[in-house]
Amino acid sequence: MSLRVSMLAATAVAAVTVGGASAETTITIATVNNGDMIRMQGLADEFTAANPDIKLEWVTLEENVLRQRVTQDIATKGGQFDVMTIGTYEVPIWGKQGWLVPLNDLPPAWDADDLLPAIRGGLTVDGDLYAAPFYGESSMVMYRTDLMEQAGLEMPQAPSWEFIGQAAEAMTDKENEIYGICLRGKAGWGENIALLTAMANSFGARWFDENWQPELNGPEWTQAVTYYMDLMNNYGPPGASTNGFNENLSLFQQGKCGMWIDATVAASFVTNPEESTVADKVGFALAPDNGLGKRGNWLWAWSLAIPAGSDATDAAKTFVAWATSKEYTALVAENEGWANVPPGTRISLYENADYLAAAPFAEMTLASINAADPTAPSIKPVPYTGVQFVAIPEFAGMATEVGQEISAALAGQQSVQDALDKAQAIATDEMEASGY
Amino acid sequence: MSRSVTTQRKIINTTAAWAVGLLIFFPILWTILTSFKTEAQAISDPPVFLFFDWTLENYTEVQERSDYMRFLWNSVIIAGGSTLLGIIVAIPAAWSMAFVPSKRTKDILLWMLSTKMLPAVGVLYPIYLIFINMGLLDSKIGLVVVLMLTNLPIIVWMLYTYFREIPGEILEAARMDGASLKEEILYILTPMAIPGIASTVLLNIILAWNEAFWTLNLTAANAAPLTAFIASYSSPEGLFYAKLSAASTMAIAPILILGWFSQKQLVRGLTFGAVK
Repeated sequence: MSLRVSMLAATAVAAVTVGGASAETTITIATVNNGDMIRMQGLADEFTAANPDIKLEWVTLEENVLRQRVTQDIATKGGQFDVMTIGTYEVPIWGKQGWLVPLNDLPPAWDADDLLPAIRGGLTVDGDLYAAPFYGESSMVMYRTDLMEQAGLEMPQAPSWEFIGQAAEAMTDKENEIYGICLRGKAGWGENIALLTAMANSFGARWFDENWQPELNGPEWTQAVTYYMDLMNNYGPPGASTNGFNENLSLFQQGKCGMWIDATVAASFVTNPEESTVADKVGFALAPDNGLGKRGNWLWAWSLAIPAGSDATDAAKTFVAWATSKEYTALVAENEGWANVPPGTRISLYENADYLAAAPFAEMTLASINAADPTAPSIKPVPYTGVQFVAIPEFAGMATEVGQEISAALAGQQSVQDALDKAQAIATDEMEASGY
Repeated sequence: MSRSVTTQRKIINTTAAWAVGLLIFFPILWTILTSFKTEAQAISDPPVFLFFDWTLENYTEVQERSDYMRFLWNSVIIAGGSTLLGIIVAIPAAWSMAFVPSKRTKDILLWMLSTKMLPAVGVLYPIYLIFINMGLLDSKIGLVVVLMLTNLPIIVWMLYTYFREIPGEILEAARMDGASLKEEILYILTPMAIPGIASTVLLNIILAWNEAFWTLNLTAANAAPLTAFIASYSSPEGLFYAKLSAASTMAIAPILILGWFSQKQLVRGLTFGAVK
């Protein structure tokens, strides 16, 4: 080879190498539309400034659309997304399928040991962490301190269902459109079934026994659903069978609910004076129990995961580590104040005096999250993980059908027993068809 | 022969027509009004109609958060491209069905329409897999083809109905004068059918603009049109109604304006053949 040719070849190789190194990697992030995620998009310039070779593309979708969209893409290995926002229901199922990249090798500074154990447990399959939690939530009782006082009652920090029933009765004033209790009634596995499954746990109920046999028309479920129905029919708002999170939020903010048991993330909405007419009259308590040692609260963590089909795994890991790090928390605090940092994922946040001072609901959120155990959700042993859901792929479809039956009962179209008998038949058929 | 109409009847008819029109328009009006409210006013009960503090903050925030022009541009390309491609394919098809029908023409037309009876989700996975293999996911060209195919039955039907009103003798005369098939379609048939083609184009642009199944399922960041822009403002946890309304208003504004200016053409196309 002549010198000229080899020089040319060397230059070409060098050009390709240099070109490769400086090439921009684009990662596409699929995410939900909620306050914390929107805030992250706003602060992402800090990330791209520190990582100029990584470009971020955002796909923001409504929760249900997002879930369908990412499921379809990951199941077909479509490779559309490099980072996906998914929850504690999807992570164990997808992790087991080999659809997600394990995140055991995130940098030491990311500090996996700082994650809250309940949250970390929900995102780990066979010892491998498959998603990094962005924010965690549980459920708790939010109540009107003024109405409680008027009723001559005092909310204990850890109420029982019996007390909730008494308080609901005492606070209800239908003439003035004040309803003692607002709970989810809209059908869906993430709507009424999330609340009812968590509630049923505290009544000693479980979806399946150790042999995967459904127990939906057993005595515990019947007791839990009957109690829910009585509460809603006597002290709930009219048309409750179509109320989900947003509907109840709006009722509570307009001062029409005495109590509301729902996601801890609602605390910042109901105490926000710009949105809520009752911002300065809200108290918080742990989700109720029934004296059996389990509380009726759930556990959820929106988390960032990397699909196995991604062609930019390293860049995606860099981003995930940044977005779920302690430094990100500090960045939010610096720009938007401590009350706005994504809660519920790290031990260190709840040891931070600035945060505890800025977020009056912080301790209640932490206590609620710690009270939920996805590996042992009910009093009796179960073959599944998940608090307000069962982490098997069949659950979402089956539970939505069950939710429709219970919603129909709440609307007065059938009795509780009929609804639960139908629910039992739905679950039995589905489990038989799936070979359990 | 026209029927004589009393003034009283005229008033009743006009009032009824306006009432129905307003009823149909009300959801759009409510969306537009909501887009000027604050989030708290948007959910207030009883709802506020006109007397609230009008604000533009939702529009400002939507502008800050999303690149509206990029979504708009994608919508224009996808709706325009699929309609144009559809017309190019449908004109020869409708020509053959209208002027050289066979025994099976009616069956073919009905079969084409029957493809619209299958819910789109029924073929989502096959199409998704084809798109993965051909590298068409999140590309405008892929969506142009899919939307063209979904709307093609309607385009062919509309053009077919319109072409049938054109006397075949005119085309025959052109042929006698030595026009080739291409010239016959391009220089004789198409100019005569311009009003029909125009209303077909308009209707299909509207259909493609509003299509929210394929456009949401087959796009991610690059080819996402305005339907994805709207979807990004909906949320089951948290109050986003006012911002969602602002995003919706921005997404429907271009097509609403287009529809407003071309309503004569649209009505004519849709009712064509009703009166003989």
